[in-house]
Amino acid sequence: MTQAKRRSVWDRLQAPWVRPALFLIGLIVLWDAAIHLFGIPAYQVPSPLDVIVTLYQEWPLLLREAVPTTTATIAGFVLSAVFGIPIAMLIASSKTVESYVYPLLVFSQSIPKIAIAPLFVVWFGFGIFPKVISAFLLGFFPVVVAAVQGFKSVDPDLLDLARAMEAKRFQTFRMVSLPFATPAIFAGLKVSVTLAVVGAVVGEFVGSNSGIGYVLQRSIGNFELPMMFAALVVLSLIGVILFWFVDVVERLVIPWHASQRRDFLVAA
Amino acid sequence: MSRPYLRLASEAPAPLSASPIIEMRGVSKTYRTRDGDVPSLKPIDFTINEGEFLVVVGPSGCGKSTLLKMVAGLLPPSAGEIRVEGRTITKPHPGVGVVFQQPLLLPWRSVFANVMMPVEVKGLDRTIYGRRATELLEMTGLGDFANKYPWQLSGGMQQRASICRALVHDPKIVLMDEPFGALDAMTREKMNVELQRIQSTTGKTVLFITHSIPEAVFLADRVLVMSERPGTIAAVYEVGLERPRTLDVMADPRFVALTQKIRHHFYAQGGLD
Repeated sequence: MTQAKRRSVWDRLQAPWVRPALFLIGLIVLWDAAIHLFGIPAYQVPSPLDVIVTLYQEWPLLLREAVPTTTATIAGFVLSAVFGIPIAMLIASSKTVESYVYPLLVFSQSIPKIAIAPLFVVWFGFGIFPKVISAFLLGFFPVVVAAVQGFKSVDPDLLDLARAMEAKRFQTFRMVSLPFATPAIFAGLKVSVTLAVVGAVVGEFVGSNSGIGYVLQRSIGNFELPMMFAALVVLSLIGVILFWFVDVVERLVIPWHASQRRDFLVAA
Repeated sequence: MSRPYLRLASEAPAPLSASPIIEMRGVSKTYRTRDGDVPSLKPIDFTINEGEFLVVVGPSGCGKSTLLKMVAGLLPPSAGEIRVEGRTITKPHPGVGVVFQQPLLLPWRSVFANVMMPVEVKGLDRTIYGRRATELLEMTGLGDFANKYPWQLSGGMQQRASICRALVHDPKIVLMDEPFGALDAMTREKMNVELQRIQSTTGKTVLFITHSIPEAVFLADRVLVMSERPGTIAAVYEVGLERPRTLDVMADPRFVALTQKIRHHFYAQGGLD
């Protein structure tokens, strides 16, 4: 009886979110211990308690500032997908397009976005636009690379099969190539969404009067370290939630893929 | 030397009892590569009759898959002409169903949806052909698996589903490119018995490619033996064994003699890799 109860508690501790949570608590305890042990002054590293208190007290402000950052991130991410996937389709389907576009695309990736971010402020002012562009530029490349890889790795035998059925080009694309490439596209989208957060914050660094990036910059300028750490926590929350959202969509779109099959096999 | 049931095409041509459905006239294939032209198939003249089960057997790289792809319209011949039901083939055509070495089922479609793929592509009536798909799945023992996904099925079941897919739009001709090559020996024998049954109930013309000599003799009305690259027809044998055949037929002296005779073609050339 008691053993059964103990086992159910143990089972509950096996839930997937428990282990990272335990690890995080461990890290926070270490952080606090390190501050006390080495006597680190609060203006260098704030104590975890200070950060939590700030998070609690400044929550309305942080939430308000999270809105423009999240909006810019999502807008940039959606643009990455909307432009990235069709461009990948073109690159994968035509050697000519690939030879013209792909090298330039790779080259453009070596330009540091942070260096050119101020340019967007010059062009588009202090609104949401430069942030969206910056998020888009960071999120775009992983989508293209992953989707090109996906479209190119379609089994040639499958294409022969479709051809033997007299499938038209679009039918082949819709029934074979696109579903085949979807898992790779989602891999790209997951990288893209986390980079889009970075892009939005970079945009806010260089020229903005709203958003978590702006809060970060202002608090570091005022040596408000607890506030800065609280902003970092909010920023990672945005990233985690958006990533989780893409993950859920992936599970809904490609339940058949090997990476998602666990439940299916149990059912079978 | 020549026995009545082992007849070489060159010794006595098969009587033209049925009408030819596939005709090949001087068909050859040469692949152009950077290192120059590689002849794959020397000119071939051949006909396959309606309702016939013809098996092509030959060593790897003798151009037998090339031959099948040309009949399917997936590859253009370098010279000569292929006619299916009297029409010259230049591109994929509706009269055939193809079964490849791998099942090539789409993992995102259920077994039923996979079988229905040609129906969707060709825009045929889904109710009528849906019923046909169900019948085919039941005939191949997959009735209970229609809503499963391909990766939940064993290799043999997957290949049976891909045979259903090749048959669903009711083609006159089924082209099979080493369809059981990836299966284990026991499953393979079962599939051979089953394929024989499917062919006799549906009356399809089958062009079947293999490098297993017993499989060829077991299944075929006629066996076409091909030589090594560049491929040519080495011999054509009529298999006089009664149908339906069971696996016991493999112990029949006529079966043994014919497999033996076909095997000699390859030993003479240095074996079947």
